[in-house]
Amino acid sequence: MTASRREFLQQSAAAAAAAGLASSALAHPVSAAPPIFQGDPSHKELVLRAIDAAKAAGAEYADARISSARSQNIGTRERRVTNIGDNETFGFGVRVLVGGAWGFAASSNLTPDEVTRVARQAVAQAKANRAAMVKPVQLAPIHHPPVPNGVWRSPIRIDPFTVAIEDKVAYLLEANAAAMAAGARFVNSNMFFLKDEKTFASTLGTVTQQTIFRAQPGMTVTMVSADNRDFQTRQSTDIQPKGLGYEHVLDNDMKRHAARWVEEAKQKLTAKPVEVGRYDLILHPSHLWLTIHEAIAHPTELDRAYGFEANYAGTSYLSPPEEKLGKFRMGPSFMNILADRSAPGSLSACGWDDEGVAPEDFHIVKDGIFVDYQTTREQAMWLDWWYKQNGRPTRSHGCSYAQTWADVQFQRMPNVNLMPGEQDLVWEDLIAATENGIAIIGDGSFSIDQQRYNAQFGGQLFYEVKNGRITGMLKDVAYQIRTPEFWNALDMIGGKRSYELGGAFGDGKGQPAQSNAVSHGCPPTRHKQINIINTGRTA
Amino acid sequence: MTPRSLYAIAPHLSRAECEAITRKVLGFSTADECRVSINSGMRQNTRFAVNQVSTAGDDYNASVTIRAVVGKRVANVTTNRLDDASLRAAVANAERIARLAPEDPELLPELGPQEYKESIAWSDATASLEPEARAEAVRAITSRSLQAGFVSTGYLEANAGSNAVANSRGLFAYARSTAAAYTTTVRTPDGTGSGWAGASDNDFRRIDPRLLAERAIDKARRSMNPVAIEPGRYTVILEPTAVANLVGLIAGSLNARGADEGRSFFSKAGGGNKIGEKVVDERVTLVSDPLDPRVPANTFSGDGSPTEKVTWIENGVVKNLAYDRFWAQKTGKAPVNAGGSLAMTGGTSSMEEMIASTERGILVTRFWYIRGVDPRTILFTGLTRDGTFLIEDGKVTRPVKNLRYNESPIFMLNNLMAMGRPERVSASESGGPGQAIIVPPLKCRDFNFTSTSDAI
Repeated sequence: MTASRREFLQQSAAAAAAAGLASSALAHPVSAAPPIFQGDPSHKELVLRAIDAAKAAGAEYADARISSARSQNIGTRERRVTNIGDNETFGFGVRVLVGGAWGFAASSNLTPDEVTRVARQAVAQAKANRAAMVKPVQLAPIHHPPVPNGVWRSPIRIDPFTVAIEDKVAYLLEANAAAMAAGARFVNSNMFFLKDEKTFASTLGTVTQQTIFRAQPGMTVTMVSADNRDFQTRQSTDIQPKGLGYEHVLDNDMKRHAARWVEEAKQKLTAKPVEVGRYDLILHPSHLWLTIHEAIAHPTELDRAYGFEANYAGTSYLSPPEEKLGKFRMGPSFMNILADRSAPGSLSACGWDDEGVAPEDFHIVKDGIFVDYQTTREQAMWLDWWYKQNGRPTRSHGCSYAQTWADVQFQRMPNVNLMPGEQDLVWEDLIAATENGIAIIGDGSFSIDQQRYNAQFGGQLFYEVKNGRITGMLKDVAYQIRTPEFWNALDMIGGKRSYELGGAFGDGKGQPAQSNAVSHGCPPTRHKQINIINTGRTA
Repeated sequence: MTPRSLYAIAPHLSRAECEAITRKVLGFSTADECRVSINSGMRQNTRFAVNQVSTAGDDYNASVTIRAVVGKRVANVTTNRLDDASLRAAVANAERIARLAPEDPELLPELGPQEYKESIAWSDATASLEPEARAEAVRAITSRSLQAGFVSTGYLEANAGSNAVANSRGLFAYARSTAAAYTTTVRTPDGTGSGWAGASDNDFRRIDPRLLAERAIDKARRSMNPVAIEPGRYTVILEPTAVANLVGLIAGSLNARGADEGRSFFSKAGGGNKIGEKVVDERVTLVSDPLDPRVPANTFSGDGSPTEKVTWIENGVVKNLAYDRFWAQKTGKAPVNAGGSLAMTGGTSSMEEMIASTERGILVTRFWYIRGVDPRTILFTGLTRDGTFLIEDGKVTRPVKNLRYNESPIFMLNNLMAMGRPERVSASESGGPGQAIIVPPLKCRDFNFTSTSDAI
């Protein structure tokens, strides 16, 4: 972590604590004591056995991951628990490089014999894949010495799996009761927790053991009109998923918010349909994180820029790299995009990525100019020319990730954040400065093309802004953008005090499709003259 | 193509193994009722990019879900550790959590033994598709793409596995299934053209990689340097994949409870649901039949109830919505399981005839990034991709820039002009096998495009 970033996070944490903000992620600094891995110690022997077997079978490089992941999901509606599910999945994957071609095999049967068999299977597969090879894979060196005993743990206060089920159920049913008391027609609520204990080893001598936690409480309130012709929902997007423990649930008590969500859903039923046209948009961090995710984070994935994801996730408007790096203006000079896997409580935080690289914070956009992509060891080599040109070492940014033991790791986005502006502006300041605009809170519908040019976003709440004041609620609002123009239309940005982390568990990419969990920090922003459409139709 | 070996069937749990596991788990159970569900099998895949294999994977997994019922309290525990101690611990955990759960007022007793029709969703050829055979299927596309001077990317997935359900009332169901999908996107090296082709089937032998290569290369070539047209309402001719991208969305709303509760397109003004009402053109019929050999699916659902053929929409009229056992009992209806596959009836028009009869329209290969906008009308947004062409005076004249739509499959099926012969397609965005779906190509008027995209 850079000094300025650390300083910023500390200040943000203090500000968040002082303001009692819903997003409490920044309020949990990493504990000073070194973490202890509490998973199965025999896993270390097994990952070493896997890479030895792969080497013996002819691999020039190999890594192995064992994961023991436990998740829990509790779902309710009104006064009823609809689901309590506890899920554990346990297995290992071995990735090998043979003659420049990758192979990967995985199994849930974690015995020494099966570990050897799967390692050999991965080598055999790499040999089969080599037959269609045009250009061999090369891996960039790692910028730090091998880590023979690395241990990392999400900075949590309360392990969710130590909290009694009845407490969790009571929490949700009380929140539902608060919504029903406020007049909700229907209310669904749920909580999801993950604890993933991962042991990793590579032929470079790195062995790491990490324990990753994630938590997401959520609620949806539904209101139906008296004549059954209309219904509207309000999702609890002001509480975002985090890489935290049960404290995230306790710090964001849904029953305190439920009545407000019901009131907002009611207002949506009678809100004024939006008139199509161009408006200045004021976007709340609980909404903007998703626009950053789709329109900045995805197109700056290097594999997309080189065409590797063309069959599903797509390519990128930031391509070819030699024409864009250091040249393309993403937005105004006060626009800075910083990527990290270090922000405490963020979903992408880790000690080492899934190929044993300690991630670093890095700029994707500096002073409005596009300067770097997200990379893995394989991909960093593709930008060798750019790093040399800039006097920087060619090395991975630590963006390798696999969703489970059964999936091969590849480039996935870190937390990609829009940094706050110099001026101490907050949400209300942006509204006060706007003559004719629409303010949007919470993420909703989203869709973007395969090169990330044309996007359409909805939201949870839409407010008409006239002469610096909110004058009423709107409905059926969506904005359509051309990405580069949208960011260059950015003309106001919130300060440090207004910075919040949003995020998602379901960031999809790859074939077979894998889900990544990622956070995006940002302040509120204003964008001039954006195209608004009305999505309401009558059946 | 012929798989290398028909003997190396991908590992999965056999009926006898599932019987043994379920018997063991039910034996460990001390709950009032217990249900055991087992999923096992291999996912085998190969990806390629820039005309060579990029990654591949062969992974095996087997998991057991235990549903423990204590009085009217329920909990589920899933594990993929199948040794006795782990299974015993999972049963104990399910029962412990169930005892802590509140009573479920909607709980119904487990079903007793049921009769099932034999599933027809298995193919040995798919189950034995080894890495070498997959690499050969990749070369069938990459070699043609290289020859054409183009850049191919693609994904082949072949899955084989089994699932079983058993409970403490003596119910036992078991089925094996396979599914394969192969898709490719071929781009021109200058990035001005992109063409897609894909196919999905339970039997990999019915997927022809050479045909996919030819279609994608042809589309890439013809789609180069597209021109922008004004967004607006257009007559569209949708290839079967594009039709499935949209018609498949209706399946998600075919639920009686949501409709009766007033939060669905299928809710009726004033109360109740739209069963018996005409909602789309009378030429449209939508059916889920697990024994349709074109789109086979499992013959039982998660609770072990048999899945029968269901007609959702017949001649434009809503005939059925899915009823779970609780909602069926509460409303005095028979339970109806959600469909595993979907088939839409077709017509006799050929693509050529549909194009020849179009004065001005747009031909769409497929849609992408399809997301819900308004559930009241099943309105979705998304974009065309990898082969979008202008039709003028009965001919395909030039490629056009991709377009974003905001449209509902319900409106689209009301604006129906012509239908072709149904075809099974690969309609999942991610290129996995997804839902088995067979639909015709369609010609529809007034399709609502709202903006253009520079993406190629």
